[in-house]
Amino acid sequence: MAKRVSASNVSAYYGGFKAIENINLTVEPKTVTALIGPSGCGKSTFLRSINRMHEVLPGARVEGSLTIDDQDIYDRDVDVTAVRRTIGMVFQRPNPFPTMSIFENVVAGLKLNGVRKKSILEDAAEKALRSANLWDEVKDRLGKPGAGLSGGQQQRLCIARTIAVEPQVVLMDEPCSALDPISTLAIEDLMFQLKDKFTIIIVTHNMQQAARVSDRTAFFSIEKTGDPGRLIEYDNTQKIFSNPSVKKTEDYITGRFG
Amino acid sequence: MGETPHRSADAGTGGTRVTQSHEWPAGASARVAEAPVSTRSPGGNGLGGGGALPRSRKFGAERAFRGLTLAAGTAVLVIIAAIAIFLIAKAVPALRANTENFWSYEGWSPNETQPKFGIGTLAFGTVLSSALALLMAVPVALGIALYLSHYAPRRLGTALGFLVDLLAAVPSVVFGLWGRDIFINPVRDFSVWLNEYFGWIPIFGGDGPFGKSIMLGALVLAIMVLPIITSLSREVFLQTPTANEEAALALGATRWEMLRTAVLPYGRPGIIAAVMLGLGRALGETIALALTLGITFGISFNLIQNGGNTIAANIANAFGEANETGRGALIASGLVLFTITLIVNITARAIIYRRREFTESAA
Repeated sequence: MAKRVSASNVSAYYGGFKAIENINLTVEPKTVTALIGPSGCGKSTFLRSINRMHEVLPGARVEGSLTIDDQDIYDRDVDVTAVRRTIGMVFQRPNPFPTMSIFENVVAGLKLNGVRKKSILEDAAEKALRSANLWDEVKDRLGKPGAGLSGGQQQRLCIARTIAVEPQVVLMDEPCSALDPISTLAIEDLMFQLKDKFTIIIVTHNMQQAARVSDRTAFFSIEKTGDPGRLIEYDNTQKIFSNPSVKKTEDYITGRFG
Repeated sequence: MGETPHRSADAGTGGTRVTQSHEWPAGASARVAEAPVSTRSPGGNGLGGGGALPRSRKFGAERAFRGLTLAAGTAVLVIIAAIAIFLIAKAVPALRANTENFWSYEGWSPNETQPKFGIGTLAFGTVLSSALALLMAVPVALGIALYLSHYAPRRLGTALGFLVDLLAAVPSVVFGLWGRDIFINPVRDFSVWLNEYFGWIPIFGGDGPFGKSIMLGALVLAIMVLPIITSLSREVFLQTPTANEEAALALGATRWEMLRTAVLPYGRPGIIAAVMLGLGRALGETIALALTLGITFGISFNLIQNGGNTIAANIANAFGEANETGRGALIASGLVLFTITLIVNITARAIIYRRREFTESAA
């Protein structure tokens, strides 16, 4: 259920602008990896490169090689929709489909995969909502609009929607930045449970969050505005936050920079 | 404090302000101490400054504007009521004079001494031609709109969108003349072909002549309503939140699946509104149909034989030589047309209203 993600010499561009340069890192299965760094350092760009969402933007492209369990996801023969089904994504702002009910939201991905049988969909929805710790709150109103939930519930709904298709890897792009502390805690707890099944990569601006939830932490940074982002240090979270080997990392996590 | 600039100018009058300011309770004295040379009158307290709150104004721009908007709102109701009363007053005498059943009689001779006219054929022709026009226009319009909003490169999309809007600016009489004199030829050939191979289907049956038919009228109508539906739905599609599109893509949707999952449902109320506006135009279209239809009175589903008529086209054709009763009869037909469009609009509203729970939270 969980796969290893490896990036080697990954660079990403927006038109002529190089956003990240030569990123090399390997994420082990069933771990939580946090990407931290100042704004504009390319951590979100890198995250979006992992499930080929980067190329959705006009003029955006990726160089280098990204593999999941030794399969190159940028290979010419690889179906991009299959990549995104294998590598799910949760976005910064909760984005349930506004026209769909809670139930329809959760099974949207399954329906895209051609699952039509009601009993299968119902089972999958319950399982996903339970995994996302949302089942008890919504089980009596599955037919109500997903957009009618609170922000934190919406984000857990989006997580349920993502894990309902049973991906190998779950990417989270600042999933708590639009949420209050209690909802944030709920989602952090959830990440802890989810890493039993999935490989999780999370972008966060909140260093305490990175320290709390992740096993490994990657620190990205830029020299100055307009320069491409680079991976500065990648190590066990404990090491990064207690005894980083690069001075720049230490400056960042102690708040002297960024 | 805001009044500093006034100080030098009014330096000489400082003394008098102090006595005036005694009228202010509370913060006023402190104010005076800070800026004894203030030129402000007690009522015009500085923005957020100290002192008592000024009294609300009884008359002013706020109230005047409120009155104006109220008047404008009322005027709409008055005008609608006036039109309705006028139409009914004119129509009732003609309907009384009618010697045949207004609903079922197939024909329109209100100018004779024994007036005979029926709305059935006209109403049928109106609904049939508009429905056919929408049937042809809506899929094409939505296709164009989706292409312009989600497939075409941005520049091309903008340029093509502009062209589509230009199409909406062509006057309907031009469409009518073009349909009557030029477009009729391919339509006639196509009708003959349809009749030869599909004549066993009643709608394509008949022995001719072909050409000035419901099909020609509906095709011209379809081209006329295409731009309005296209341009409105394109706007709606462009408003789909990027977050929703990305959510669909991230679930592994192809481009078309993304459109089906995120864009089309989100735009549904907008699409319905666009289609209804197009239908409104089609139902009320006058001169283009007066020029392209065969103008017969009879209820027939045959699409390719010369024939067909609509309420609006009939009004345009018959108003010139109508007498008092004839005009009343035409006005009565106008009332029926009004009712049809009203029903169409109410239906559309009902459809949108039923899904409000989902669309309101989308905003």
